[in-house]
Amino acid sequence: MTLSRLAFFRAGGSALPGYRLSLTLTLAWTGFFIILPLSTLLVYPWQGGPAAMLSALHDSRMLAALWTSFSCAGIAAACNIPFGFLLAWALARGHLPGHRLADALIDLPLALPTAVSGITLATLYGPQGWLGAVLAEFGISVSYNKAGIVLALMFVGLPFVVRAVEPVLRNLPQELEEAAHLLGARPWQVFIRVIAAPVLPALITGFGLAFARGIGEYGSVIFIAGNQPFKSEIAPLLIVVRLQEFDYPGATAIALVLLCVSLLSLALIGGVRRRFALWSEPA
Amino acid sequence: MSIEVCNLVRLAPGTQQRLLDDVSLKVPDGAFVALVGPSGAGKTTLLRAIAGLDGCNSGSVLLDDRPMTSVKDRAGRMGFVFQNYALFPHMTVARNIAFGLDVLPRGERPARSAIAKRVEELLELMQLQGMGGKHPAKLSGGQRQRVALARALATGPRVLLLDEPFGALDPIVRRSIRTWLRELHDTLGLTTILVTHDQEEALEIADRIVVMQSGRIMQDASPQDLDEQPATEFVMEFLGEAVSFSGEVRHGRMIADDALVLPFAVPEGVTDGPITAMIRPYEMTIKKPGSAQDVLSLYAAPRGTRNGYRHYTLQLGERIIPFYRPVEAADAQVQGVALDISRARLFRQGLLCG
Amino acid sequence: MTRYLVWGASWLFILLVLVTPPAMVLTEALKDGLGASLATLSDPDAQSAIWLTLRVSVVAVVLNTIFGILAAWVLVKFRFPGRQFLQILVELPLSISPVVSGLVWLLLFGAQGWFGPTLERWNIHIAFAVPGIILATLFVTLPYVVRTVMPVMEVQGRDAEEAAVLAGAGFWQVLWHVTLPGVRGALLSGVLLTTARALGEFGAVSVVSGHIPGETETMPLHIENLYNGYQSVAAFTMAALLAFMAMSAVLLRSAPDWIARLQEKKA
Repeated sequence: MTLSRLAFFRAGGSALPGYRLSLTLTLAWTGFFIILPLSTLLVYPWQGGPAAMLSALHDSRMLAALWTSFSCAGIAAACNIPFGFLLAWALARGHLPGHRLADALIDLPLALPTAVSGITLATLYGPQGWLGAVLAEFGISVSYNKAGIVLALMFVGLPFVVRAVEPVLRNLPQELEEAAHLLGARPWQVFIRVIAAPVLPALITGFGLAFARGIGEYGSVIFIAGNQPFKSEIAPLLIVVRLQEFDYPGATAIALVLLCVSLLSLALIGGVRRRFALWSEPA
Repeated sequence: MSIEVCNLVRLAPGTQQRLLDDVSLKVPDGAFVALVGPSGAGKTTLLRAIAGLDGCNSGSVLLDDRPMTSVKDRAGRMGFVFQNYALFPHMTVARNIAFGLDVLPRGERPARSAIAKRVEELLELMQLQGMGGKHPAKLSGGQRQRVALARALATGPRVLLLDEPFGALDPIVRRSIRTWLRELHDTLGLTTILVTHDQEEALEIADRIVVMQSGRIMQDASPQDLDEQPATEFVMEFLGEAVSFSGEVRHGRMIADDALVLPFAVPEGVTDGPITAMIRPYEMTIKKPGSAQDVLSLYAAPRGTRNGYRHYTLQLGERIIPFYRPVEAADAQVQGVALDISRARLFRQGLLCG
Repeated sequence: MTRYLVWGASWLFILLVLVTPPAMVLTEALKDGLGASLATLSDPDAQSAIWLTLRVSVVAVVLNTIFGILAAWVLVKFRFPGRQFLQILVELPLSISPVVSGLVWLLLFGAQGWFGPTLERWNIHIAFAVPGIILATLFVTLPYVVRTVMPVMEVQGRDAEEAAVLAGAGFWQVLWHVTLPGVRGALLSGVLLTTARALGEFGAVSVVSGHIPGETETMPLHIENLYNGYQSVAAFTMAALLAFMAMSAVLLRSAPDWIARLQEKKA
């Protein structure tokens, strides 16, 4: 039994060739490019002893930067939910005129290199920029403060929400709405109970993806953020600052927190997906 | 509750193609009507029009002699079961069933406990006890089917509209749920319209059958009338296997073009001229030789037994036609001198005559 | 009524949020005329940045395409313990901050890193040099080919490959003649996404590069440098060029569809 199972795994459970070669190469490649580099994150902070690590984690500037990153990423992801839902609905069910073009434009923040988005958003929402000037009329300043960070993170996070929600909306059978209408539901009840509710897991997924992306985002944020310590300094930037100060343990401590939080949010997404797997199955 | 459909016309969007072509139909209170026809005949379109799901270009739908203009007028008074059930995947079975009650305006909505009681009743009626907490994805096809029915019936409608409700079920479940549905209809005193493409199913379950083709109603009759007097060649063929013989009526007798087919007297009123005779394979008989000098010229080869009939194939000139005999009257070999088709229906230009 | 409201709101949002940035890049780049902006590209540091970016991208795309195909093959066609863990590992760089993706290479090969001092003695420079940039780019672009190719391979199943093996084909023959033709579209898409990401990578490269103009500055780093030096036209010209390159890579993914549609129209 064990021997036959061993033989099964030795062959990869398949009669196809190339198992050992491709597995060896894949393991070597991931070993060097993923496991080795990431193991530094886990080991390096402790090299100076646990006391050094603990003191690094108590750095108030770091805590402020982490708070800025998490709160701004959270707010941006939350703001993206209504807009993302609107766009996803317009694309999937709303027969939006020019939907092909709109569809391509949704992915634009993913295609635009982050440095380009960074300087562009900073100029656009700067005091003299096209949109910044308009907002300044109303006394709203979005550049060089947290509002700017939120704005930049909304820009890069939008596609995640739209792309998470859109396929679910598209696959909801038309009959569900018709059935709800026939059972006497009023339009808003149809929307809340039959359209929005099944999309909820996808919305949470989109939120989680946008949040995970947001806490790590660097290039598109630093130009608009102002980068004042304790105020508008994001965690990835503080890593760069620490590196410039040759404080590698300090940089690594922040990196470790960022990594853990983004893995945690991805694990949560996985959990939500499994928990609500039944919802997306057609019945 | 009676349903009346008056001169309904529906065009395919953006074209002049008629999906429903001047359709009129009266369904009295308590009737069980089946809409049958090949795919694309307009059965589902008609059902959706009755439910108010699709607008129509002209015509009207009356419920108890009152015109219905929108889905709103029908809400809660008509239960509709979709072909793929359209259960809400994110709600439990109980919430699915309760949906029609949950969405009532606050003033009309029953108390929570009353809704729960109604759901329990329905679960019991549908033989789904204990399933209330499950999600639809966990149910079998037959169970989903019954949940869909329970949901449609929760608001106590007098009319039930079913769109190919048995399409996705395996044959055994199909048969049992069919008889069960008929009993349900009788106990609850519903008025039911069922769409199906399976004529056997329709003949078994419905009081009246409406045969549709290309957006028009070809015939609307009881199963027995439909069998005895199919209005057109199409109806005759749609309801079961049929063999057709072309020929001519001369002096009140039908003479088939095929050799070895006995001429027979046609009913009064059928004029002389070309005609088509159509007959079911089990209605034909073979004339046995009367005397020793008769030449045996017809042979039927056995092809197995189904539903109490032995099936044969019969070589008739160039053609091979099916031929059935009741098992108890069947011989291993059937031989004879001529074919008797005197029980055939006669058609001219596709329409029944005589 | 609701529908028109949704249409209006959607397009307003798309125009304001998504269309203004690229429009802004172009206007800023062309503020002083086309001639002035083209002149900024002939600056030697700019040229060196463009060449470095192209070189790094080619290396990253070639290596990660080869690896991506092998990894997708082994993850889809075989079952072995730890398969799911391996798949998670391969996709991990997607959820890691770009800055962290650069940092890990410093921790390995920097002056205070694990192997840095040893390599330094042998006179091998990785951190703050081109090899570091290549390593960081390889890390961030690693998942794209695997991720796009895997689902299509999954759908493909194993029947065709098994038939080829029964007919006597070896590993490379099966891969080349049977598997790859079936995933052509996805592979192209993965390669183009890798390209776009490699061209535009900023955070990771910024950490390991050392920002030496003319030597270790890629296009995104050069853009930052110019922007912070208030050379707006030069910065946005470079940005426009980079955005054009990355966006055409992303848009080219639908090229097979366009070709198919054109052929349909002709036929």
